[in-house]
Amino acid sequence: MTSELLTRRGLLTSASAGLIAGAIGPVYAKGLSITPTMRGGANNYIPGAPIVDRIGSGGFLMQGTVRRAEDGVPLSGRRIQVWAHTTEGHERDPQSHGATLTDVNGVFQLDMPQIVPAFGQAHGHLAYDDDGEYKTVFLRPLMSSPKVNSLTVDFVLTRV
Amino acid sequence: MASTPSGKWRSTLIWGSLLAAILVPLGVAALSPLLAWRAPIYIVAGFAGVLAMAVLLVQPLLIGGYLPDLSPRQRRQFHQRTGALLVVLVVAHVLGLWVTSPPDVIDALLVRSPTPFSIWGVMAMWGLFMTAALFGVKWRLKPYLWRVIHTVLVTVIVVASVVHALMIDGTMGSITKVALCAMVLAGMAKVIFDKHVK
Repeated sequence: MTSELLTRRGLLTSASAGLIAGAIGPVYAKGLSITPTMRGGANNYIPGAPIVDRIGSGGFLMQGTVRRAEDGVPLSGRRIQVWAHTTEGHERDPQSHGATLTDVNGVFQLDMPQIVPAFGQAHGHLAYDDDGEYKTVFLRPLMSSPKVNSLTVDFVLTRV
Repeated sequence: MASTPSGKWRSTLIWGSLLAAILVPLGVAALSPLLAWRAPIYIVAGFAGVLAMAVLLVQPLLIGGYLPDLSPRQRRQFHQRTGALLVVLVVAHVLGLWVTSPPDVIDALLVRSPTPFSIWGVMAMWGLFMTAALFGVKWRLKPYLWRVIHTVLVTVIVVASVVHALMIDGTMGSITKVALCAMVLAGMAKVIFDKHVK
């Protein structure tokens, strides 16, 4: 009990110290390298795909985090759009597109149909296309194998 | 020779083997689970590519004189016609893919694609188109010069096509794909060796 309290006090102290020291938070006081847009990332992008609970009947999990580069702070309420060639449609089909928002920890999760190899590779598409605060990023991550049923993709954004 | 019983047997065996070498990879591709999730135009585009690989096997066998029952004139005629068929198949392959996903094909044609295999495919396509264009002015070239140019371009077409096919995760079965690619390379190597080194 005592040690737990001490730890809490310690955390509070360092947190206050961090706040006093400046705008940099104590936990994320580290710069991160910016996630660059990938070649072909924006292919078959449809701007403004709706925010959905899941795409189609689901079964495949697209997940990841969104943080800002300057200090690594997770960004909540950010819109991430996802699309891919799946068991339920081609990349160009509107029903293959959907968007979700990050939670308070900057984590996003979107259930979607299984991605299948198309145009030679099993790959997904993700976009951060939220607003004017951070630069737009288009990603085209590859799956390690067409058999996997999830993909983790992290965004590190930089200000416009 | 083809009229003797052993000649007939040999002829049947060769033509049968060639037919199997073409049909088995196509049959395996036709059983691919990926087809269930593709629109007809995408399926046609894919099969045009598979068939083009098979034609790459037929070409050296025809011109090298390894296929029985054909006169030298017939061999040359068929070689030219299947060469034209190859152009049609590659155009169908590219057009079908274009309709399926225009930005991916534009990226490939502009050589800025994230997928290396598409660059190899585009290289093979230009090699083929150059061969077809040069064939149009073949009568103005010295036979030796035509042979050298054709050999260089064919090497580019075949090697680039094989790399293209091997890197793709598509409808072709992995074993039949490697086998077909190996036969295509062997066929080209044999005809170059027979016609040039001897």
